[in-house]
Amino acid sequence: MFSLICAQGLTKRYGDKLALDGACFAIEEGQVVGLLGLNGAGKSTTMNILTGCISATAGTVAIGGYDIATHPRQAKRITGYLPEQPAFYPEMKVRDHLNFVCGLKGLPAVGRKKHIDHICGLVGLEDMLGRMVRNLSKGYRQRLGFAQALVGDPKVIILDEPTVGLDPSQIIEIRRLIKDSGQRATVIVSSHILSEIQAVCDRVIMLQKGRVIADCPTNEMVGRASIRVRVQGEAEVIGAALHKVPGMGSVKQLGQNEPGTWDFALESAGGSDIRPAVFRALAAADLPLLAAHSADISLEEAFLHLTGGAT
Amino acid sequence: MKAILKRELQAYFFSPLGYVVIAVMYFFSAYYFFTYNLYGNTTDTSTLFAMLFSVAMFLAPTLTMRLLSEERRTKTEQTLLTAPVSRLGIVLGKYIAALFIYLLAISGTLVMALVLQYYSQPDWPVVLGNFLGLFLLGASLIAICLFVSAFTESQVMAAVGGFGVCLFLILADALFYVVRNPVLRVLFAQFSFNGRYRGFTMGVIDLYDFCFFVSFAGLFVALTAVALERRRWV
Repeated sequence: MFSLICAQGLTKRYGDKLALDGACFAIEEGQVVGLLGLNGAGKSTTMNILTGCISATAGTVAIGGYDIATHPRQAKRITGYLPEQPAFYPEMKVRDHLNFVCGLKGLPAVGRKKHIDHICGLVGLEDMLGRMVRNLSKGYRQRLGFAQALVGDPKVIILDEPTVGLDPSQIIEIRRLIKDSGQRATVIVSSHILSEIQAVCDRVIMLQKGRVIADCPTNEMVGRASIRVRVQGEAEVIGAALHKVPGMGSVKQLGQNEPGTWDFALESAGGSDIRPAVFRALAAADLPLLAAHSADISLEEAFLHLTGGAT
Repeated sequence: MKAILKRELQAYFFSPLGYVVIAVMYFFSAYYFFTYNLYGNTTDTSTLFAMLFSVAMFLAPTLTMRLLSEERRTKTEQTLLTAPVSRLGIVLGKYIAALFIYLLAISGTLVMALVLQYYSQPDWPVVLGNFLGLFLLGASLIAICLFVSAFTESQVMAAVGGFGVCLFLILADALFYVVRNPVLRVLFAQFSFNGRYRGFTMGVIDLYDFCFFVSFAGLFVALTAVALERRRWV
């Protein structure tokens, strides 16, 4: 499949501080991708580079096949961006602001009104078009930021912490907007709220200290990091066989729930999927695997597991 | 660039700034016109334009102080920087808007020349030469002050920095007589805004002086775009 966004060896230095350290990822068309990481992991730097606000010290980013460093205008034309704190000119009305953004994006004057009405319909701003931006509530300002990101029907929509500071009903509304946008465009969402990523994203890219430490579908991330197995045999023999599985992080003996069998909780090192390796290792040791299921861990647990619980 | 130009023009007239700049220039133009032309009973507008040199020096920083610094402080520059507009396009949009307001402000002098025309016969080539000189002076000063505005988040700092640079340009003339170093003397003589402007007030349109102001404006507009671009790499 065609990669709409392709980042290769993305590195950014701020003086001595290395904010991004050779991050690589590719995002296909139509995906809703969550960018996760602790504070200082490099999320905002990645977003700023993707939107052309700052340049990478090394590495390349191509959006829709256009290198953001060499063809910024083409790349930006197909990108919509909602910053963490969307800022507007207070003296403008909502319609004027969106008209201004249409102008910046180079949309022809004919048809702008219809386009703005359509976007405002999508984000629920129809009744606010004549309102001064400075008089908008936080929720409506966020919607206006979202509307701004949708101007020109971009192929890529980048959302930086889109629900920060919103009340629960507004959060639900913005999540709906993100999901809807995912039908028409590729969406990248950065958020600290893991449940939000879990709710709206098909895929998660996890950053730590400027590196990509995990990149997989959200359901895999949630389910795969920890598994529970029930194996027939002696506890010591099973434990020894499980410890030898490549990529195994920890093996915890849970107890005996069935005669002649032992339950174990297994966690992979680095978030890789260890289920096939566990199956093969137990088969090689002639230990029948009677049951295996993903432990029902949340994205929060997976996140803490992968980042080593650092805060 | 067109969108930015339009927005900046609207912003000048949404706040009192545009009106104040125009009013101040009109006031001083009228004052000098009354003092030197009407009261002095002459159609020679050279003194009027010569006096407006210092007024322009103070108006340029006022016009440009918020252009880039305010965008940076309020983070609205993110909208511009992530839009498919080049850094030069952003700077040009703002620069032309400021220049347009300045043009409106100095256009009062033409009205005064028309008043003279009603009573007498002003020397129109001299008037137009003077007007061109005042316009070119403003074009250069606005470019310099816009450049200063690109380095700070504070409007006050941008204004003070702009005033400082403009004052230095006025002082450059005096420094010519103070310094003994021949290189510095040549430098102060060549970069004397007052000296270059004086030719226009005498009705002489020297291509040298014309190119001096135009290149100064072009250079600082380009430098401002570079300053914006440079921030991407820091």
